[in-house]
Amino acid sequence: MTSSTVDPIRKSVVVNAGIERAFALFVEKFDAIKPREHNLLSVAIAETVFEPRVGGHIYDVGVDGSRCEWARVLVFEPPSRLVFSWDIGPTWQLESDPTRTSEVEVLFIAESADRTRVELEHRHLERHGSGWQSVADGVGGDAGWPLYLHRYVDIVTAGVSQ
Amino acid sequence: MVTDAGTDAWAALADGTRRTIFKRLVGGPMAVGELAHGLPVSRPAVSQHLRVLKCAGLVSDRAVGRRRVYRVNREGVEALRSELDMFWGQALDAYALIADEGGHES
Repeated sequence: MTSSTVDPIRKSVVVNAGIERAFALFVEKFDAIKPREHNLLSVAIAETVFEPRVGGHIYDVGVDGSRCEWARVLVFEPPSRLVFSWDIGPTWQLESDPTRTSEVEVLFIAESADRTRVELEHRHLERHGSGWQSVADGVGGDAGWPLYLHRYVDIVTAGVSQ
Repeated sequence: MVTDAGTDAWAALADGTRRTIFKRLVGGPMAVGELAHGLPVSRPAVSQHLRVLKCAGLVSDRAVGRRRVYRVNREGVEALRSELDMFWGQALDAYALIADEGGHES
């Protein structure tokens, strides 16, 4: 099936740190880097943990100890490259189907001994829209249908209100 | 933009023919003629159903040559994109600040 692509998000920043430290800070201080208001838990976030290895997760820990794993670490190559999945759908719900998740790549490029350029790309965003196929699958039976439609309505409403 | 405030997505898809039309569009963009093919309703009736789906924000259309092609609205993914764009902007700002602060400390 063909699906149109959505342009990746590309951001870059130059930080006053050598490449080794720039990489380490991104991972170790991810707790302070991630905007806190984005929270899938039902309680406030106590901390966000970035597990520094392939197969690890990025997860939020709530003040009550509850935990939400919302990314899988796919590539961990210090000090130059990181890739992790983005397992959060369009309405900020956890997406358990990996085929409907996007991914984030972060590249660290040394500009000098104490300056590093960091390039971030969040790509394959169109995969979050592949839920439409499930809408179609659910039309015949009623099982998945109300759920996806509800989700769709939420999405459209969110889009309009911006 | 003209929208019918009374048409919500649930109501629009309560109709079996409209569900079939929507289901076909999920598979890919299509013109009215292609959509009407194989359906037990007339082409004007299909156009009427498409108007209802469009009012509900479920599909959008554009002219391609002399044909009008309909597709499932991707507004949801676009909305996510703009939200993530802001998210990463804030994240990288915070990151640059942390790197600066760390630099002064060491």
